[in-house]
Amino acid sequence: MEEEAIITTPDELQEYFINMGPQHPSTHGVLRLLVSLKGEMVKNIEPHVGYIHSGIEKMCESLTYPQIIHLTDRMDYISAHINNEAVCLNVEKALEVDIPDRIKVIRTIMSELTRIQSHQLWWACFGMDLGGLTCFFYGLRDREKILDIFEETCGGRMIVSYNCPGGLMYDIHPNFQKRVKDFIKYFRKILPEYDQLLTGNVIFHERSKGIGKLTKEDAISFGVTGPTARASGFSCDVRKHEPYSAYDRVQFKEILLSEGDTFSRYVVRIEEMWESMNIIEQLIDNIPEGPFAVKMKPIIKLPEGTYYQRVETARGELGVFVISDGNKNPYRVKFRSPNFSNLSVLNHIAKGFKIADLVAIGGSLDLIIPDIDR
Amino acid sequence: MKREEFGDNESLDLLNASGTNILLTTIDDVINWGRKNSLWPLTFATRCCGIEMMASGAPRHDFARFGMEVYRASPRQADVIVVAGTIVHKMAPVLKRLYDEMSEPKYVVAMGACAISGGPFFLNSYSVVKGVEHVIPVDVYVPGCPPRPEALLYGMLQLQRLIETQTIKSRKERNASHNY
Repeated sequence: MEEEAIITTPDELQEYFINMGPQHPSTHGVLRLLVSLKGEMVKNIEPHVGYIHSGIEKMCESLTYPQIIHLTDRMDYISAHINNEAVCLNVEKALEVDIPDRIKVIRTIMSELTRIQSHQLWWACFGMDLGGLTCFFYGLRDREKILDIFEETCGGRMIVSYNCPGGLMYDIHPNFQKRVKDFIKYFRKILPEYDQLLTGNVIFHERSKGIGKLTKEDAISFGVTGPTARASGFSCDVRKHEPYSAYDRVQFKEILLSEGDTFSRYVVRIEEMWESMNIIEQLIDNIPEGPFAVKMKPIIKLPEGTYYQRVETARGELGVFVISDGNKNPYRVKFRSPNFSNLSVLNHIAKGFKIADLVAIGGSLDLIIPDIDR
Repeated sequence: MKREEFGDNESLDLLNASGTNILLTTIDDVINWGRKNSLWPLTFATRCCGIEMMASGAPRHDFARFGMEVYRASPRQADVIVVAGTIVHKMAPVLKRLYDEMSEPKYVVAMGACAISGGPFFLNSYSVVKGVEHVIPVDVYVPGCPPRPEALLYGMLQLQRLIETQTIKSRKERNASHNY
């Protein structure tokens, strides 16, 4: 009798909606997902953005170029340095400033340190999302060591504001090289521990292998970039394809996997930490001598025209598009943020999985919400 | 934290002296002692300050030493909401609802420049709430952009001191004075 009752319930009545967010620990901020469920299965996900929209693009129009740096810092705050680099490179490209090697090398080292700390934080949170609280403690313990390096050189822990158009705000601290080398030595020993904790864990395998598969074609058509796309085999590393700063003089592998599931997205990020350490090791001993900043005019005015510069942040490709009318303020600034495109694929890959898998898939995309909303 | 480590003990004494009642003082002391040593924060973060809040809970800074380690995902189980980050107009009703859902006694810490005044988004931004006290009453302000974990810890210790001085009467008066 009971079975009959279930069967006779029409399909459309079995569907119901759940609001995930804006205050939900696994959305890593204030993303709101309107999840339509059938039983425990996800049928459709509708992301609602704008809960942290602070109008950065509009604000940029009333600020000068050196001031914009302080807003891009707060866009994708975990790869703050790389965001700043995008704006600075754009301004330098427009003014055709020749940047000395010292600045390029220091920027590259700082970018890679930023990438490592971003992936560490992601690893910590991803582990915590899947119920492994130990990851949180291990990941953030090691992240503090990078933040110490940042603090000594830049004065800030996370929001560094170290770049400025034409170079760097100040020279590196005398201890910088020694501390970075110490960190690499330490982290090369620690990183296998991450693998022991999570990568080989059977429960973790069950929850991540085959979950949220993204094909290469879909990754390209949705505009997915970064580690998420590279896990699907889409070669999209801006550092390789369009080298900026000092990336043309270092040897490194672009990590490419083909499965495209949650587990391979995890593996790509772990491998990227190894590659970042390789890049830093190649550069740290030969930082060239020279000035840390080029002398720029007190008021920077870009010549009329449009300028575009893209960089590879820890989450994917960040593009900065500037339209200038020749004034000290840009006429229009548009950021092509990696997280916005990565979010758009969530509905596509999480459909048909259980709601608990949605947390795993969302975690593996590594979304930063203020970067989506800007 | 030791008494002599704070600079402003006179105002604490003044607060202690005003509005106290011989019968209720001892009960208040016991209740306040319990409340201040088990402050459970709500997992609520909007921007960079949230990462520093996580760092405060991490091994280096370790919230747990002061009884604050239990981050609650549900507002009904939380005692204190640390507003970590920018609040925009779309988020403000949600924040108010979260605050309303918390059970008494509840406290608010405004962490970072955005929550205090709008911070870097104070000028020229059309969507940012210029200070979280427009939405909910704030007990402690922690300045910084973002504040270091040590700063947040100091702010939370100040909140503990604030709780120490509270009586049933002053709690009621505080709630009555905030018509949000």
